[in-house]
Amino acid sequence: MTYPETPRRSWVQRWHVKGIVGTVVLVVLLIASSRMTGVDVGMFFSNFGQFMNLLVRMSSPAWDYTAVIIQPLLETIQMAILGTTIGAALAIPFAVLSASNLIHSRLLRGVTRLFLDLVRTLPDLLLAAIFVAIFGIGSTAGVVTLAIFSFGMVSKLFYEVIETIDMGPLEALESVGASKVTIIWYAVLPQILNQFISYFLYTLEINVRASTVLGYLGAGGIGVFLQRSLNEFNYSQTAVIILATLVVVLVIDGISNHLRRVLL
Amino acid sequence: MTQAPIISFKGVNKIYNNGTVGLKDISFDIPRGQFLVVVGLSGAGKSTLLRTINRMHEITSGEITIEEEPINDYKGQSLRLLRRKIGMIFQGFNLINRSSVERNVLSGRVSYYPTWKTICGLFTKADREMAVRSLQRVNLADKLYTRADELSGGQQQRVAIARTLMQDPKIILADEPVASLDPLTTATVMDTLQRLNREDGITVIVNLHSVALARKYADRIIGLRAGQLVYDQPIAAVTEADLNRIYAEGEQV
Ligand SMILES: Nc1ncnc2c1ncn2[C@@H]1O[C@H](COP(=O)(O)OP(=O)(O)O)[C@@H](O)[C@H]1O
Ligand SMILES: [Mg+2]
Repeated sequence: MTYPETPRRSWVQRWHVKGIVGTVVLVVLLIASSRMTGVDVGMFFSNFGQFMNLLVRMSSPAWDYTAVIIQPLLETIQMAILGTTIGAALAIPFAVLSASNLIHSRLLRGVTRLFLDLVRTLPDLLLAAIFVAIFGIGSTAGVVTLAIFSFGMVSKLFYEVIETIDMGPLEALESVGASKVTIIWYAVLPQILNQFISYFLYTLEINVRASTVLGYLGAGGIGVFLQRSLNEFNYSQTAVIILATLVVVLVIDGISNHLRRVLL
Repeated sequence: MTQAPIISFKGVNKIYNNGTVGLKDISFDIPRGQFLVVVGLSGAGKSTLLRTINRMHEITSGEITIEEEPINDYKGQSLRLLRRKIGMIFQGFNLINRSSVERNVLSGRVSYYPTWKTICGLFTKADREMAVRSLQRVNLADKLYTRADELSGGQQQRVAIARTLMQDPKIILADEPVASLDPLTTATVMDTLQRLNREDGITVIVNLHSVALARKYADRIIGLRAGQLVYDQPIAAVTEADLNRIYAEGEQV
């Protein structure tokens, strides 16, 4: 009896060489980097008691404090929405200028992408620190920070979406005698709109979370209150802030996840 | 009395940037109102030929005139005005899938408006009625508000024809318009093109793969091979043997 010829796995495939080597390298890297940065994993466990202590002190939330933090929480959400919207709106023209299927000039694309790469390298906390220094403590600094942060992130996501579109409708609109802007409006926008909204919501989620931390630097919103309560060792208030923030983040995540599922 | 040709090729060459010869020394005239079918093997240069007429492709040398005007140097507004009078139908329909049939059809009219009006969707009542009439001509008026991607292939191609009608074109270029359709819908699309040719006097130029269709609809058949014009006969003079020779690979004609 003869068996039909089946392809043979190579020696490398049979012994899963790639997987094993990869794992070993990863473990070595982990150990080496914790050595070099001086991270003491043991300390995490030895100080566990302090962590428990904090939890105990936070376990009696000052519920009447809720009324005080509703306003700053709303401000945090508004900051996130405003910052994300401004950033995403600014990102659209830059995404168009970065898309290789729309812009044939390598130079123009290159310069735009370089600019976007630079924006993306700026850490959001650094931005917040700078803008708090410029605009003073308050939500303006937060909004500007979030707008720039969203701009950098969304513009890249956007141009990658644009590069996947079907070029047929563009060809048709071009043959009709449409102007460049009309072509983009009629043939590009409908193809990307849903994915744009989806990425917008995704960025909004991230920004709601980020804006609580930014507030810590004085950039407005709930973070300011978080910082105050921690400084005053008023952990019963801290507990309320954390719980309330958690609820807001969960609700925003839920809404945006639902919308994104509907859209895609 | 002989009328001036609507389109005229004079010694046209097209070499792609990578060195591929697209068209080689093409010279011929197309009289107004003709139903011209272009045949040839895949890669012969049919699509290239069609796209030089509305300047979707640039030629390397030679001259193309449309209504006795050389088109080589058109750019910006004059190029858009040229394209406005030339409709184009594609093998893949090229509709905006997520948009309504109405919006797709109206998009054929955008060159009559300044850009900002097209963006705001400020089409005149007359043009909205024209969209309905264009759809009636392809028997799809009931699909006005349907999303384009909910239609069958044949229906989509007819929407594409309605879009072209919105341009009020003098010429229609169709690049293998039925290559992805079944025989029945093929007939409705080809019949529609024929009706526009006969009733509206639109000059129609169609690239076809099928010899049978070419013989059924053409007033005249031209054949391309490797970018060269190797055949050119009015339909009365076309024989089966001629067409077979165009499709026979490697053989000298
Ligand atoms: N954008 C392009 N760049 C380089 N070569 C091309 C391009 N488009 C078409 N060609 C080549 O030009 C020749 C003619 O192509 P085409 O006009 O599409 O033929 P047909 O439509 O008859 O199948 C082919 O050899 C094709 O590979
Ligand atoms: Mg072709």
